[in-house]
Amino acid sequence: MSIDRRKFLKLAGLAGVGLGISTPDLLFKGSAAASSGHSKAMAKERLALVIDIRKFKTEEDYKRVIDACHSIHNVPTLIAEKNDPKNEVKWIWKDSYEHTFPDQQDEFHPEAIKEKGFLLLCNHCDNPPCVRVCPTKATFKREDGIVMQDPHRCIGCRFCMAGCPYGSRSFNYVDPKDYIEKTDPAYPRRTMGVVEKCTLCVERLAKGLGPACAEVSNGGIVFGNLSDPNSEVRKLLASNYAIRRKPSLGTLPSVFYIMGGEENAG
Amino acid sequence: MLDKALTGSKKYWTLVFVLLSLIGVGTLAYLYQFKNGLGVTGMSRDVSWGFYISQFTFLVGVAASAVMLVIPYYLHDYKKFGKIVILGEFLAVGAVTMCLLFIFVDMGQPMRMLNVILHPTPNSILFWDATVLNGYLFLNIVIGWTTLHAEKKGLPPAGWVKPLIYLSIPWAVSIHTVTAFLYAGLPGRHFWLTAIMAARFLASAFAGGPALLIILAMIVRKHTKFDPGKEAIQSIGKIVAYAMTANVFFIILELFTAFYSKIPGHMHAFQYLFVGLEGHSKLVPLMWASVVLAVVSLIMLIPPSIRNKESNLVKACVAVFISLWIDKGFGLVIGGFVPNPFDGVTEYWPTLPETLITLGVWATGFLVLTILYKVAISVREELGTAGGEK
Repeated sequence: MSIDRRKFLKLAGLAGVGLGISTPDLLFKGSAAASSGHSKAMAKERLALVIDIRKFKTEEDYKRVIDACHSIHNVPTLIAEKNDPKNEVKWIWKDSYEHTFPDQQDEFHPEAIKEKGFLLLCNHCDNPPCVRVCPTKATFKREDGIVMQDPHRCIGCRFCMAGCPYGSRSFNYVDPKDYIEKTDPAYPRRTMGVVEKCTLCVERLAKGLGPACAEVSNGGIVFGNLSDPNSEVRKLLASNYAIRRKPSLGTLPSVFYIMGGEENAG
Repeated sequence: MLDKALTGSKKYWTLVFVLLSLIGVGTLAYLYQFKNGLGVTGMSRDVSWGFYISQFTFLVGVAASAVMLVIPYYLHDYKKFGKIVILGEFLAVGAVTMCLLFIFVDMGQPMRMLNVILHPTPNSILFWDATVLNGYLFLNIVIGWTTLHAEKKGLPPAGWVKPLIYLSIPWAVSIHTVTAFLYAGLPGRHFWLTAIMAARFLASAFAGGPALLIILAMIVRKHTKFDPGKEAIQSIGKIVAYAMTANVFFIILELFTAFYSKIPGHMHAFQYLFVGLEGHSKLVPLMWASVVLAVVSLIMLIPPSIRNKESNLVKACVAVFISLWIDKGFGLVIGGFVPNPFDGVTEYWPTLPETLITLGVWATGFLVLTILYKVAISVREELGTAGGEK
């Protein structure tokens, strides 16, 4: 059977579609990574959050966001309320400037920023150490950049907790079902002995919604695709000075903090 | 040959009974932990590995140290180790048994343990650690058992054992290197993120393991007809002396890098361990005890005039073992979690159930060791080759 050039290209194209890959990605991934420093610079989607700390003014601004997340994901918040930090489970929480940026803080930074509270959560790193160390692939990275875990596969070895440089992971040291304020039947509870963390609301994204924290934040948290130059997150990052936690470790977090100056930090 | 473990003196059965009781208590404590979760331990969100993983780390070293007898005996044909090499191999079996049990009791979901095999993940060091540890256990059981069996029959070991013995040498190095890699490749944990970690692990292993072996050999000699030979003990003493010196040297290298560079992240864990950090200093007395014991042991080990006296050597070995147990079986793992990723300090101390489980695992390892040693010694007592050169 002979085959002409036109037919061959058609077939090759079909094969590419069938495999769900585009040829340039396959050929140039390595070189693109080398030039940009991002391991998956060509990824079509890289979901990210931009936290604009200027928009968080009162205690209520933080609490609304934290409660929205914890209540819909059946996070056992009563452990923290019992004042038991040892066994605490949290997906998103507020901490001080020094604790959020231990390597980047400076005693001469504006007081208004130093006194600010910061929201901490999983950074959904582009180069996640937790995924690298997990011995069962219970923690994995999705095509869209979300770092996920499968609580049914997790063996509870806690290697990911040692691997995460951001303290984003919690382990269920006690049975969480006794410490959930009000169980939401729409979302699964976790079992004792597994690790959990923020999932960037994958269950909501599947329904076409955004993450719950962003939804209730009154613009304080913006969600979007970092790979799309026209996305809102990219526009915010292009027009504001934003930083990420512990950049020197090369994990490439997908959570950014717009710091702002004194005039708008209060 | 296992039947030899079923007959023994009153002393033997007392030891077996004591170990079994400790295992029983440990098992009950484990059932309590299994029901109530790892919250019954001292581990926390910040210090997420504790006593179990640090004991595991220490014991991998003890297991690897068998190679310090295997190399001279099989590669250099150093005949004086002929009698004691089996004790080293069986010590490795007991130690790896404890390692695997410590990993098991540390799991949040132990019923899912097989996921490590069902979903093999080569990018995870833990996957490799499980692989090399099981391989090493297998190698030492097969080598120890077949060589002893051949000895019993008055024959040379089967030809196919030789390649396994040679394989066990790099394999021993691999188990402790891979264990060091569990720690040495984690971004953001400055205390562990050091290229010398594996070398330090091996140095401390080759000091601590043989030190324990000398202590065990002395106990065995006191209570049975078995005598490994004075010269063999002295040679192992030399190994302990060199390895302990290398280990202390490596720690000094770490201290130089941390405190000359003055990079806060590199200094913090050392500060926490030796002087306390932000008012937290629970481990300070222990760590200084380790330092003092290390210095004392070197003073006793380095000059041959002191070391050559057997009673001194045993004391020095006890000092080495305790010093390294504190340094590696406690400080190394806990220190790596301080300060936490938020630059805060959360302290750790084992709880009662955690301690009982730990004791239970040690007792299991020593029961395995007791049975294997009993078999080895009984075989030799029957052959009339147990006594030392007089």
